[in-house]
Order: sequence, then C-alpha cells, then structure tokens
Amino acid sequence: MTDWIDIGTLADIPQRGARTVQITGEKEIAVFRTSDDKVFALVNECPHKKGPLSQGIVHGHSVACPLHNWNIALKTGEAQGNDEGCTPTIAVKEEGGRILIARPTALKAAA
Amino acid sequence: MDFQNNAGPETANEEDIFVPSDDVREHLVVVGNGMAGCRAIEELLARDAGRYRVTIFGAEPYVNYNRIMLSPVLAGEKSFDDIIINSREWYDDNQIELIAGDPVTGIDRTAKTVTSQSGRTVGYDKLLIATGSDPFIIPVPGKDLPGVISFRDMKDVDTMLEAAGKGGNAVVIGGGLLGLEAAHGLTLRGMKVTVIHLMDTLMERQLDEAAGWLLKTALEGRGQTILTGANTESIYGDGKVEGVRLKDGTEIPASLVVMAVGIRPSTALAREAGLDVNRGIKVDDHMVTSDPDVLAVGECVEHDGNVYGLVAPLWDMCRSLADGLTDQHTGYKGPVTSTKLKVAGLDVFSAGDFSGGEGCEDIVLRDASRGVYKRVVVKDDKVIGAVLYGDTADGGWYFDLLKREEDVGKIRDLLIFGQAFASGGGALDPKAAVAALSDDAEICGCNGVSKGQVVGCIEMGACSLDAVRATCKASASCGSCTGLVENLLAVVLGDDVQSGPKTMCKCTSFGHDDVRREIVAQNMRSIPEVMQKLHWSTPDGCSSCRPALNYYLLCALPGEYVDDQQSRFVNERMHANIQKDGTYSVVPRMWGGLTNPRELRAIADVVEKYDAPMVKVTGGQRLDIFGIKKEDLPAVWADLNAAGMVSGHAYGKSLRTVKTCVGSEWCRFGTQDSTGLGVKTERMTWGSWMPHKFKIAVSGCPRNCAEATIKDFGVVCVDSGYELHVGGNGGIHVRATDLLCKVSTEQEALDYCAAFTQLYREEARYLERTAPWIERVGVDYVKQRIVEDDAGREALRARFLYSQSFSQEDPWAQRAAGAESELHQHLEPIAIAAE
Repeated sequence: MTDWIDIGTLADIPQRGARTVQITGEKEIAVFRTSDDKVFALVNECPHKKGPLSQGIVHGHSVACPLHNWNIALKTGEAQGNDEGCTPTIAVKEEGGRILIARPTALKAAA
Repeated sequence: MDFQNNAGPETANEEDIFVPSDDVREHLVVVGNGMAGCRAIEELLARDAGRYRVTIFGAEPYVNYNRIMLSPVLAGEKSFDDIIINSREWYDDNQIELIAGDPVTGIDRTAKTVTSQSGRTVGYDKLLIATGSDPFIIPVPGKDLPGVISFRDMKDVDTMLEAAGKGGNAVVIGGGLLGLEAAHGLTLRGMKVTVIHLMDTLMERQLDEAAGWLLKTALEGRGQTILTGANTESIYGDGKVEGVRLKDGTEIPASLVVMAVGIRPSTALAREAGLDVNRGIKVDDHMVTSDPDVLAVGECVEHDGNVYGLVAPLWDMCRSLADGLTDQHTGYKGPVTSTKLKVAGLDVFSAGDFSGGEGCEDIVLRDASRGVYKRVVVKDDKVIGAVLYGDTADGGWYFDLLKREEDVGKIRDLLIFGQAFASGGGALDPKAAVAALSDDAEICGCNGVSKGQVVGCIEMGACSLDAVRATCKASASCGSCTGLVENLLAVVLGDDVQSGPKTMCKCTSFGHDDVRREIVAQNMRSIPEVMQKLHWSTPDGCSSCRPALNYYLLCALPGEYVDDQQSRFVNERMHANIQKDGTYSVVPRMWGGLTNPRELRAIADVVEKYDAPMVKVTGGQRLDIFGIKKEDLPAVWADLNAAGMVSGHAYGKSLRTVKTCVGSEWCRFGTQDSTGLGVKTERMTWGSWMPHKFKIAVSGCPRNCAEATIKDFGVVCVDSGYELHVGGNGGIHVRATDLLCKVSTEQEALDYCAAFTQLYREEARYLERTAPWIERVGVDYVKQRIVEDDAGREALRARFLYSQSFSQEDPWAQRAAGAESELHQHLEPIAIAAE
C-alpha cells in the first residue's frame, strides 16, 4: 500500500514555480506547480551536476536547471534534448485541495 | 500491426451506410490504417495524386499514428497528439474515406468486395492489405487472464497507464526492444518491474553478450529486475492476473503482465481469402500477391522468403508498391539491415553479422568508466558486422563500410576508434565525419533517407532541422539521427543554417527585434498577451523567451509592468548568486568601491553569524559572502540593511558596479575626482534592469587604473575633461571600448551615461552585451544618437531617469520585510520514523 504524506495545499506552491520539502536524513524533494496547475515531485537534484531544480524556470511540463540550463521533464525526470540523465520522480496526487506525495517512493528515490 | 483483431465492435463511430460516390476513378481499398498502409498512400499521392479513389479501413478508432512512438507515450514524454502522422485533415484534403474502428472481416475476391465487422460491404478495383502483425502470445496457462496484455497499440498503452496509476508490480515477458521499452515506461510510471527473458542475453538478435550485459547492468541500476534464461511456466490469478510462475518454481507477483515476445505477420484475412500465404502474405517485387488485383505491404508480407519487423524496409516496400501502381517499374530489393536504437534512453547500434565464426576477427574497445563497448567484426579485410553500446556515433560509418564492402586493411588498426581517427583527420570533428560519408550512406534508418537525399533537400532550401524533417522526413520519426542531420546542415550551409531571421527561441517564429517592436506598437502589457498575440507555439514559453519578454515589457512599461518572478533566472529571482552546491553568495553594494568601518563590521558579523565559509574581494571592488542558504538570505539582508547597505545586483542583468580609482583627491597623477564621479554615477544607475550585465568604471587619469576601457561605459578623466568610452568587455572575447566623445563637465558625463544606458536598454537584444550590440549597429550609429542628436540624447536621458524612479527600491529590504517569503522557505519538513 502506498503511504501518502500531506505536504500542503496547491496555493502553497507558486504557479510555474516550486517549493522544497526536507525529509530527515533524505534528499530534498522539489514539488512543482505548472501553469496548468499540475503538480509534480522530483528529487531536488539535476542529473547533470546536482543543481537545485526547484530554483529553475518552469515552462510547460519541464524545468530548466538553474546551473546549466538542462531541461528536465517533470513527469519522468528525464533530461530533454541532447542531454542524458534522469532525476528520480516521486508519485504525487491532489486530494481535496491538499497535495500528497508517496512515502515509499519518496524514500526509495531519495535513498 | 494488429488491425484485424483488437478493436471491439462498439468502436464503429462513422455514419452507418457507405455511399459510393459517382467518382469514376479506380477504387483502391486499403485494409489497415497503420504506418505501412498510410505510407503507401502517401507515396502513391506523391506520384499521381488523382489517379485512385481511396478508402482506408482501420480497426483502431484513430487516425494514422506512429506506432514506434508508443514507448515515449507510455513513458510520458509525448502525448497521443504528438505521434499522429496524418491528421483528419490529411484524409479530407486528399479525399480519402477513412473508416476507423471497423475492422475488415472478409474479402470476396470473385465479387471484388470487402466486408467489415459492422456489416458494411465495399467494392474495390485494387485492394491493398496492410494488416501488419499480431503480437505473439505464448501459449501458457493464464494467458487470457484480465491484466495480461501485449504492447502493440494505443489501447495497450491505456491499459498500462491505468495499471501504473495504481502502482504495484509489473512483469514484462520478453527482453527484446519492445519489452525493454515497455519495462522502461512502466518503471518511469512508478511500477516495480521485472523483465523475464528466455535467452541469456537481452536483445540477443541485436546485441552480443557483452553489450547485452552492459544493458542489463544499466537497467538494473534503474531499479528493474532482469531475469535472463528464465522460462515462463504459467500466469496465475483468480479472476485477474496475480503473478507469473517460472519453470524453476519462482513466483513473481504482478498486477500487470505485458507479453512482448515477438510479432507474427497478420495473415488470417489473406489466408481465408485464398491468397498464397507462407509465413507472411507472399508478394512480388511490386508487392503484388498471388491475385494481381490484391497487393500487400508492411509487416504482414513475405518477400523472397523474408518477413520484416523494422520500419525502414517497410518504407522501401511502399515506394516499390507506389511505383508499381503508377506504372513505374523499379521493384523491391531486400535490404541489409542495421539497427540504431535508443533503448530506454541508452544508445545501442548493431549491423550485419556479429555471430563470429571461421575467418572472422573481432576488434573490441571497452571503456568501462564511460560505459562504452564497441566491437567490429572483420573478415577478409572487410567489415561484416558491428555492435556498439554507449557511443553509437560511428554506427553509420561502419554500416557504410559494410554495405560498400570496402577494404579496411589499411585502416584496420584505427578502425575501432571511429571514422575521425581512421580517416586520418585526427581531429574529432563530427562535421568532418559526416562530410566524409558517401552519398548513399543512410542517415535516417526509420525513414530510409540517405545522406544524398538530405543534402539534396537542404540545397533545395530546407535550412533548418524542422524544414528537413518536413521535406525528406529525415529525423522525423525516432529522432536518433538528429545530430547527423544538424551536422549535415552545418556542412552544407556553413553559417547560413536557419537562414532568414533568427527566431527568439523555438517557441516563436519572430526574432527579438520583431517581438520588441510589436510589444511597443500594440501596447502589449503582459507575457501571456505577447504569447497570445504573436502566436507562441508553447503554452507558457521556455527558459529562453520568458526572461527576455519579462525584460522587454519591464523596459517598455516602467512603473506599470508587474515583474514576473517566475520568468526571472534564479539569481534575479533570489537576488543573490547561486553557486554549484545550491547555496548563494551575497554582494552588498559599495558605492564607487568605497566602504567604512560600519559596513565592514556588518559584513564581518554576517560572515560569522551565518558561518559563511568564504568571503572574497571581487573584481568590481566589493566583498562577496559565500555559502548562504536560501532560507537565510532575508535575515542576512536585514543585517546588511541595518548597516545602511543595499543590494549590489551582482546577480542581475543590470548595473553591476562602478569601479573607480582614487583620483585627484589623493593620487599625485589624478586629474579629476574619479571616485566622486563614480559614486554619483552609481547612485544614478543602480537598480536598473538591462538586456545583460552592465559595468561602469571611472579612471582619474589616462593610466586608467580602473580599467575603464574594458567596461560597458568607461570614463577616463583628463586635464581638460572626461573621455567617454563605450562597448568594452573583459569576458570571453576581450574588447576594448570605442571612444564615444569627450565632454568637459561632470554633469555632461553623467547625462551622456544616462542616455547611452537607455539606448542600450531600449535597443539591444536580451542577453546581448554592449560589445556585440555596438559591433552589430556600429559605433557611428551610437554617436549619431548620443553625441550628434542633442534633443534625442536629452529624451533618452529623461526616459532613463523616469524608469529609475521606479527601480531604485532595494529588493533586499523588501524581502527582509517578508515579501515573497515562499521563495525562501521550505514547506513543512517531514520527519520519517524508522520503519
């Protein structure tokens, strides 16, 4: 069974932006909100040089890493274009206006 | 392509009665709305558009889509709309009747009619069977349980997505290309995936053992379980699938089982119609079956004893077929095949025979740290096979050598290092490598496009990747040859690639200057408005155009435009400089490079209080505090504000510093008060946003200690006044300034500075420094605007000062007071209890 953790509301995350969630002893997670109000969660590290993706420019369903402008697909964590690499994703869902992320995958991905 | 078996009867959604038109042309009926059937029609239309009246039956309730791209759809990289090859308009424009969602169930060759599932009967003059292939379902107990599917069409993808939405375990039976793509997609969608492969090597038809092992290791690294040499005994479950049992007794629980063990030509319809069928429907060189009025093309056919499951041979078949139907006689010749694939994002290439054997020599290169494996098989000084893993750039070259049976005796020692070395060029220049390919070398395996054809279409005017894709289709399917096509564009066109106005980014067909002009002309007031009115092709732009549009609007509408923080690069959004570890550095402003004990104490206190690991003197004459966390930034700024310091904008496309020397107040050579003028200049210009960073310096004498002649705006004081210099740069390309003019008073120097800055703000393109801007427009133009046109200069200066009246509010003070705190604070932390 997936264990879901409530991390806040949609309004807590700026549109076309991200917020970060710190988990004791684990890697930080970035929770993104796109212009069409979809929410995605990824480990807050670019596969290239570990840049904090939460600080990048969110466009469409991608984020441009703030360090070297790699574009990462929010849905899959995969680097786009000619760049190769993948950031672990964390399952996320919305329920009654609350944002929930999956606990086991969060742990596994961040481990 | 399982057109005949998968769709349910409920999917017929067209009008019920097919009304024969009064069209007198011969009627060509196509059974199968997939890649081969539609491609054949495309080829036919290209040769003789009006010759046949065309009706296409498809089992799936969709228009023609690119089946190869189902994997990216599963992986979430593309949507269904992205993989449509021919939209409804294509059918309409070419007057093709599409009957989708209604599979053909019978052919009457005597009456020359076909009958569909819904009972519709249609007559034909020529019939084209393009039924593709059916997934092979291994005959084990439980194969019919709900939750056991193949990976062949959009319906399968939908089933997988639905299963993945619930999470849990999936088993993929088959470790070939299709199986691995399915496993990759399901893994990305969050399922725990086990791949069961009967053979000992993954993709054993394309890879040798070593490459197969590298692939297996890489996939395991992504969390998949790969079981090779594993034989499925049964699929178990009560009413729905619950798991897979292997011959050795192992049970693997799964809520979804994907069978991807292979495909077989879909021949049932042809067989029932009495056509000659062996493994596939037998055809001649023009794809004609044993009945001269019935043709067949694609994965369902057998030509010269061979059946094909790759795309490229199918395209050749479609060309031969269309030639035959339009009375041009060329005929299909079976191909030598090569495979260049991206399996789950990993590059893999193979060609020819790599099984080894008598008289074969292997040349092998392994680079463990890069995960590269290359093996070239040579026999009698000829390349007969190649397997590449991790670095497939030379695949095309090896395949070319193989097809031309070229003697490689002389380059044998260098062969494995690739074309650039072996051809003696020495330099590893991908353009040289592409230039050296022969004209018939294949560039795009998916669409069977040779180098000669790509070059031809570039020479006919296709000057961009998109144009090449639109004309000869190279790189339009899987995209793995995009790099080759881009190199060809560069080889053929030199600097003229993408000739015509360079667009701002891929989101728009407009250039920077056009966008800017339209923003002003149409009085546009927001980024969404610009995107709407100028037909942006993306919903919300990209990381190139958004910051540019934000700047253009800010510049056009001072005091009115509301800055869009999410369209700012991180440094400007955070008002600090991001460092490689994700922390920030903070540079408070020191006017003209001057400081005092109070400021220095405040900086020292911040360094200690926030445990900053480093503090450094910058090239712009101020201090840079490193290692500050984003959540601490507002507090750091509050402390610095308290000592009277404001943001130094060391992070912005904005005025950075005004560097000075000590000037006449102290220096025995000083001619004017350069420090004083520097402070005044910085007080006037700070806080202004620019197309790019902007640096000013004031030197007190021609010895130029403040290095004013490599700044965007530099003042060199002389006895008789002030020399004003513009367009210098100390970056990658060092450029000394051009002399703008000489003025006699300090106030004039300030006025000219304001006017020049505003001209740059209004006319340079975003991310264009003053140096390239001046080289583009010419220094004479700048002189004409600033020096010769007194009224124009005064107007520019007035606009600059007006704009500055809104921009000289310290952003740090706003943030320290709590503005936009969500940019600095984490969400509530999560404490995970030990499980």
